[in-house]
Amino acid sequence: MSTAGNRTGRALPRASDALPWALVTPALGWTLLFFVLPFVAMGLSSFTAHEGGAATWSNYSQFFANPAYWQAMVNSLQVTAIVTVVSVLLAYPFAWILAEQVPERWQRLALMLAVLPFWTSYVVRSYSWLLVLAQNGVINRALTGSGLISEPLQLANTRLATVTGFVHFFVMLLTLTIFANLKQLSPSYRKAAADLGAGPVRTFLHVILPLTLPGIMVGAFLTFVLCIGDYITPQILGGNNELLMPQLVMMQIGRRGDFPLASALSIILMAVVTVAYLACARWLKIERT
Amino acid sequence: MRRIVSVASWIYALAVYGFIFLPVVVLVLFSLQSTSFPIPPFTGPSLRWYQAVLSDTRLTSALVNSLLVAVLSSATAVTLGFLSAWGFARFVLPGSGLLRGLITLPLTVSYLIIGMGLLVLFNWAGVPKSLLAAGIGHVVINLPLCFAIIYSQMGDHQINIERAARDLGAPEWKVLLLITVPVMAPAIFAGFFLSMTFSWDEFVISFLLTRFDTTLPVEIWNLLRSGLNPKTNAVGSLVFAVSIVLVVFFELTLLRRRPA
Repeated sequence: MSTAGNRTGRALPRASDALPWALVTPALGWTLLFFVLPFVAMGLSSFTAHEGGAATWSNYSQFFANPAYWQAMVNSLQVTAIVTVVSVLLAYPFAWILAEQVPERWQRLALMLAVLPFWTSYVVRSYSWLLVLAQNGVINRALTGSGLISEPLQLANTRLATVTGFVHFFVMLLTLTIFANLKQLSPSYRKAAADLGAGPVRTFLHVILPLTLPGIMVGAFLTFVLCIGDYITPQILGGNNELLMPQLVMMQIGRRGDFPLASALSIILMAVVTVAYLACARWLKIERT
Repeated sequence: MRRIVSVASWIYALAVYGFIFLPVVVLVLFSLQSTSFPIPPFTGPSLRWYQAVLSDTRLTSALVNSLLVAVLSSATAVTLGFLSAWGFARFVLPGSGLLRGLITLPLTVSYLIIGMGLLVLFNWAGVPKSLLAAGIGHVVINLPLCFAIIYSQMGDHQINIERAARDLGAPEWKVLLLITVPVMAPAIFAGFFLSMTFSWDEFVISFLLTRFDTTLPVEIWNLLRSGLNPKTNAVGSLVFAVSIVLVVFFELTLLRRRPA
C-alpha cells in the first residue's frame, strides 16, 4: 500500500498541499471528536466522586475494596476462560471435519449452513436459548416427558446458561477462523509427513496442529475480547444471580446513574483486555520463533 | 480405521449442527404458536403473533428507525472511510501510519465502552439522547471497518487509471466521481453492507444513547421484560428473514460485480 502512495505522491504537483488533508480530515476529525474525546471524558469522569466533583481515586479504590465488584471481575474472567476453551475444543474438530472430510464442492454450503442461524439479531439469539433452557422449556419438557427426571432442572439464569449462549456464538466464529486456517495449509506438508512415514494421527499432532496454532490463538483472543465485553448474553441468560463486569457497568448507569463509577469500571475492564492482549501478543511471538 | 473416523465425523458434525440450529428452530417453530406461551406443546400453526407484531406501532416504528439509522450511519461511515482511504493511498502524508492506526483504533474497543464514552461526553455537553446520538456511535464503530476494507483494495492499477484520466485533462472531482468511485465500487458496497448489518444488529450503543424513539434491538429488549412471549419469537423470526434477504442480496451483488 505504501509503495502505491510513494509512487504517485508526486503525480499531483499543486493540489498536494490542501487536497490530501481535505480527504483525511473528516475521518480523523470524527474519530477524535467521537472516539478519543469521549474516552478522555470518561477518564476524567472516573476520577470524580460525582458529576463535576473534585478529583479522587475513590471509584478505583471502591472497586478493589468492594468484594461484590471484585467478584464480578473474577466471574467475568472465569466465564470468559471457560467459554474460550470449550469453544476452541468444540470448533476445532468441527472445522477439521468440514475442511478434510466433507467433499470440496459441499464445503461452501456446509459452512454457510453453519453460519445461517447467526443472522437473527444477537438479542433474539440469546432469547432463543431462554426458550430452550427455561423451567418449562424444550429441554426440561423433553426430560420430564421421557421420565428421566421428575422435577425440572434449573437451567436458565445460571452460569451454565450464559456459557451455553456464548459457546453457541463463538463455536461459529472459531469454526470460520480455524477452517480458513486449515484450508490455507499447503497439502505438501501432509504429503511430506506421509512420505517420511508418519501415520494420520502423528501427522495431525506434529504437523497440522502446530501449524494451525497461531490461527487458533488469534481466534481465541478474539473470543476473549468479544466475550468479556458483552452485556447481552449474561444479562438475558445468566440473569442477576451472578454479575459479570459489563452487567455491573450497566447497573451503575441504569439504577444509580453513577457515571463516574461506571467509567472507572469500564476503564478497569479495558485495562484487563489490554493486559490480555499484551500477554497474547508475546505468546504468539514465542510460538513463531 | 478410516471408516471409524468417517462415521465419528458424521456423528460429531451432526451433533454440532444440531447444537447450532436448536435455538433458531425453537424460535421459529414457537413463533407459530397459537396460545400465549412459546413453550411445548406446540399448538400452532397460527400467524396471530405475526399479526400482533405488524400491528404494534412501537415495533414497526422501531423497525423504520433501525433502517434509517443503519442506512444513514453506514452512508456516512463509508463516505468518510472512502475519502480517507483515497487520501492515504494516494498521497504521502506525514505520520501516515500513526493516523491510519488512529482511524482503525475503535475496532479494538468493545461497543459497551464506546457507548459509555459517548454517553459521558454527551451528558457533559448537554446533547440529548436521540437516534442521532446512536447514529453517531454507529459511525464510530463502522468507519474503521469501511476504511480498512476500502484502503486494502486500493492498488496500483486503479491509481494508474486515475493518472490516465488526469493526463487527459479531467479535473480532480471528475476523476473522483467518474473513475475512482466506479473502480472501487465492490469495496464500497462491501463496506456499506457490512456496516448496515452491524448497525442493524447493534444494541448497547443504541440502548445507552436513545430514549423514546429507539431502534429495533432495543425495542426487542424491552419486549423481553414480559418474559417468554410468542410475539418476541415472531419479531425474531422476521428479523431473521430480513437479515437473510440482506445477506443473499449482498452475496449476489458482490459475486456479480467481481468478474467485471
